[in-house]
Amino acid sequence: MSLNSWGMYPLIKNKKIMFQKKEDLKNKLQESNIYIPFGNGRSYGDSALNKNIIYCKPYNYLLNFDESTGLLHCQAGIMLSEIIEIFVPKGWFLKITPGTKLITIGGAIASDVHGKNHHIEGCFSECVEEFSLMLANGEIKKCSKTNNAELFKATCGGMGLTGIILDAKISLKKINSQYIEQITIKTKNLKETFDAFEKYSNKPYSVAWIDCLAKDNEIGKCLLMVGDFENDGNLNFKSKKKLNIPFNFPSFALNKLSVKAFNWLYYRKAPNGVSKQKVDIDSFFYPLDAINNWNRIYGKAGFTQYQFILPKKTSFEGLTEILKEISNSGKGSFLAVLKLYGKENDNYLSFPIEGYSLALDFKIEKGLFELLDKLDQIVLKYNGKIYLTKDVRVSKETFEKGYPNIEKFRNLRKEYGMDKKFQSLQSLRVGI
Amino acid sequence: MSYVLIIGAKSDIAKELARVYAKNGYNLYLAARNSDSLNDLVNDIKIRSNVDVQIKEFDIVKFETHQNFYDSLETKPLGVIVTAGYMAEQKECEKEWNKTLNTINVNYLGIISILNIVSNDMEKNKNGFIIGVSSVAGDRGRKANYIYGSSKAAFSAYLSGLRNRLYESKVQVLTVKPGFVNTKMTKDLDLPAKLTIEPEDIALDIYNAQQKGKDILYTKGIWRLIMLIIKHIPEFIFKKMSI
Ligand SMILES: Cc1cc2nc3c(=O)[nH]c(=O)nc-3n(C[C@H](O)[C@H](O)[C@H](O)COP(=O)(O)OP(=O)(O)OC[C@H]3O[C@@H](n4cnc5c(N)ncnc54)[C@H](O)[C@@H]3O)c2cc1C
Repeated sequence: MSLNSWGMYPLIKNKKIMFQKKEDLKNKLQESNIYIPFGNGRSYGDSALNKNIIYCKPYNYLLNFDESTGLLHCQAGIMLSEIIEIFVPKGWFLKITPGTKLITIGGAIASDVHGKNHHIEGCFSECVEEFSLMLANGEIKKCSKTNNAELFKATCGGMGLTGIILDAKISLKKINSQYIEQITIKTKNLKETFDAFEKYSNKPYSVAWIDCLAKDNEIGKCLLMVGDFENDGNLNFKSKKKLNIPFNFPSFALNKLSVKAFNWLYYRKAPNGVSKQKVDIDSFFYPLDAINNWNRIYGKAGFTQYQFILPKKTSFEGLTEILKEISNSGKGSFLAVLKLYGKENDNYLSFPIEGYSLALDFKIEKGLFELLDKLDQIVLKYNGKIYLTKDVRVSKETFEKGYPNIEKFRNLRKEYGMDKKFQSLQSLRVGI
Repeated sequence: MSYVLIIGAKSDIAKELARVYAKNGYNLYLAARNSDSLNDLVNDIKIRSNVDVQIKEFDIVKFETHQNFYDSLETKPLGVIVTAGYMAEQKECEKEWNKTLNTINVNYLGIISILNIVSNDMEKNKNGFIIGVSSVAGDRGRKANYIYGSSKAAFSAYLSGLRNRLYESKVQVLTVKPGFVNTKMTKDLDLPAKLTIEPEDIALDIYNAQQKGKDILYTKGIWRLIMLIIKHIPEFIFKKMSI
């Protein structure tokens, strides 16, 4: 059966390998095929795609939980959504979570994902005490910051190119409520947006929704949402029922329907200035998960997400230029996510650096890749980089300039024979 | 809280069913052959939910052991779910009698043997539910898998009779007819994504259907329509087809 990533582009036929025991997987790796691990396909692009994929999601047992420390040992196929459902009622939450809970632990490590608290807590690897990794020859290595540290640094953010993450020990964070006290700040332009981010940078969680259709002196106007867990002892968490999008929308639907709807929802509704709300975990962390298959609103051709990050010093100027370019192009992405990031870590291919990142969705259509190539040039001009887990088209040159540790990564892959065993469409394209 | 007995507990669907029932507060008996390999699942469920989970060694084709097995269960289960099944290649079944026999023994005779025992007890207590995981393959014999299909047809017919018999005793009998499920069993088949369901989704479907007191569940639902069409193709046309 074929599997695709979240962007539904590209569509390729693949054969999937499932395994229940390590030995089965080891035997599979002995065959001459080339593989790439696949979690839940929530990466947007082609990082988990190839002709033969190792489908890790069914490998999903919980192995141990230490109630006194919050250390969870689990197999890598388990989804964050399950962890949340099981452990929030017990008073624990993920230390780091991306904007969707429908991903696997393996995918979270392989992309070294970040959340709304990166400026304080860093990437997912910060909560990973240890994982076991099956190498190309079937050997299993336990990796942590101190043990096999090279493999640890290469695998966190390594996009599945170092082997199969089998299981991991991750530390959860204590919470005393299923609610978050959210403060929403409505701003008029990018300057105000930046000021607001700085002003609230001591809040653990923050993220901004930018209106990409805004022009001239309204460029960069946003709703900034910051928050922290309440302390009311209410842990009565239940996942909400989801809406479903049963079919691919015709491609014209996107502009007419959703642009207006979203703008209305996110801007008109919010009161001016600063306001306070009490919201639950799902609405605060995972607003997009409320609708199943929302990727289908972009139509059959699929879509991609363009996410880049700029160093703090160049962020303001760079973002202004890029937002102008996008709003002039009139292309699809009406809604974009802006975030402030803290210090970078020393994982070889981890994405975050200290600065600001913007993520925008684009429907795949004629002229899009030309626009994105243009944006790449601006990103490079301001010393930025592109996020691999969202990418489906970046060039080798652009990629390499953003990731100075790439040679170390390549050498390690050669040393362990990983380059001959684990490849994705993306790794072939950008030459890793 | 009540117990649910899952027979054939090593299957992918059983694993997810065990999780769903445990999550909803049911204690579990997990029965299978070489049941040691269920230790990981038991551990997993105990971390997830505060229920009692017990592993039981059980061989569905050792008919003579079934009564003792059932008698040995301390608390008799409120619900019994049969997910045991055996699917060999049709071509192999045609050549090797052993494979055909095993198909019939596992998918029909063995299940009937244990369910006869279970249903007598439930009838007496006027309480309980039985879920049989059959297959759409039993709805019409096709040349591609009619040995397997006919064993499932027999199983489905048994369940329908049993439902009829137990109606008065208020014992629910639910027949589940999965289409393609994304499991170990099907991993080498090229399944069409739109007709294929994940084990965790089918488990939730089954749980909901059981709680609502349903009789027959096609999952995914689209299979009800597909099988309706397939069942109604006239035989003189059907015999010439390759589907
Ligand atoms: C709505 C939405 C919001 C998102 N928000 C964020 C966000 O805020 N921050 C962020 O960082 N990301 C975000 N993402 C991206 C997402 O978190 C990552 O793409 C994540 O890696 C997806 O995990 P997955 O389990 O679906 O893996 P897949 O998409 O299947 O795979 C992703 C990568 O992980 C590798 N991989 C998967 N499993 C294993 C394994 N067991 N061993 C080794 N390698 C493996 C694959 O080879 C591939 O390179 C978002 C995605 C969506 C759809």
